[in-house]
Amino acid sequence: MFAVPAVIVLTVVIGAFKKVDLFGCFTEGAKEGIGSLISVAPSLIGLVLAVTMLEASGFFEILTGIMSPVCGAVGIPPEVLPLGLMRPVTGSGSFAMLSSILEKYGADSLIGRTASVMAGSTETTFYAITVYYVSVGLSKTRHTVPAALGADIIGMIIACAAVK
Amino acid sequence: MIPKCIFWEIMLILGGVGLLNYIWFGMLVISVVCSLFTGRSAELSRAVTDGADKAVKLVISMAGVMCLWTGILRIAEKSGVTEKISVLLAPVIKLIMPECRDNQKALEAVSANITANILGLGNAATPLGLKAMKELQKTNKLIDAPDNSMVMFVVINTASLQLIPSTIAALRQAAGSEQPFSVLPYIWITSVLTLITGIILAKIFSVRGR
Repeated sequence: MFAVPAVIVLTVVIGAFKKVDLFGCFTEGAKEGIGSLISVAPSLIGLVLAVTMLEASGFFEILTGIMSPVCGAVGIPPEVLPLGLMRPVTGSGSFAMLSSILEKYGADSLIGRTASVMAGSTETTFYAITVYYVSVGLSKTRHTVPAALGADIIGMIIACAAVK
Repeated sequence: MIPKCIFWEIMLILGGVGLLNYIWFGMLVISVVCSLFTGRSAELSRAVTDGADKAVKLVISMAGVMCLWTGILRIAEKSGVTEKISVLLAPVIKLIMPECRDNQKALEAVSANITANILGLGNAATPLGLKAMKELQKTNKLIDAPDNSMVMFVVINTASLQLIPSTIAALRQAAGSEQPFSVLPYIWITSVLTLITGIILAKIFSVRGR
């Protein structure tokens, strides 16, 4: 993927043109990255633990066994279904789930890539809805949930179709 | 009419972040109960120590890619790229959220929030989003329910439009991917289509729900 080095070079060139303290900014930003990674680490540890336990208990095999006919009908590999269920509800949880799927099936396998696209192209829908509406004191949401969840579901189907 | 979402009402009572409590609890209990049925209690015991260990390794192996990207982003921010993108987005936002056409403050906050999301500035995006909601609420005629532009804004925020999904790339790198960024084009296509679906659904439902 050449886009990544291209974006980096473009950013640095624009920065140099605008006379920005390039390396100072970079280290400052990287420091913030470490900070936010450390702040999510505790919840990630808790959720990776829970996902690893669920995986070891054989729960995902049972779930994918039950759901495979439904998944097959819409073109979703049943192995990524647990991720799909987790994605709209919790960010750290879905990252823990993605990491477990990547490890089990391989990051560059079809399932691994499908899971990556699914996790990368949707958001923590319920969390976003709650935070935004609670902040302005609204408890009614009108058509937000059907529209957002509808988009999520279609997005997941698109993700599976896109990778194939 | 859109059926009232009972599930959503329950979600609000549980209180968003508090929901994670129930999920985590559920995951732990289910894993123990399930292992009794599948006879995998030995594997489960090992998973407890493995899981905690794995998580720390994961955080460490993600750190490089994450920090590289937050560092590059900071340069982009300081170079004024964020403002440029915001200005470019304004006309598009006016088109999909016509209710806030004359609400300059809301328009600015909405564009800044979407820009932060596109660049993956998660920490900046949420405060800007909250500011946008506050400004939109000022012109909200429904008072106790969100108007169409607020719903549209939240729906846009539940879609993930991100130029470089650095967390995904970092997770792939940590899992030993040969090409952590190879999924990028698929993520772009999928998230754009998801966003468009969300916008269309919000428009359709807003007309039907009136």
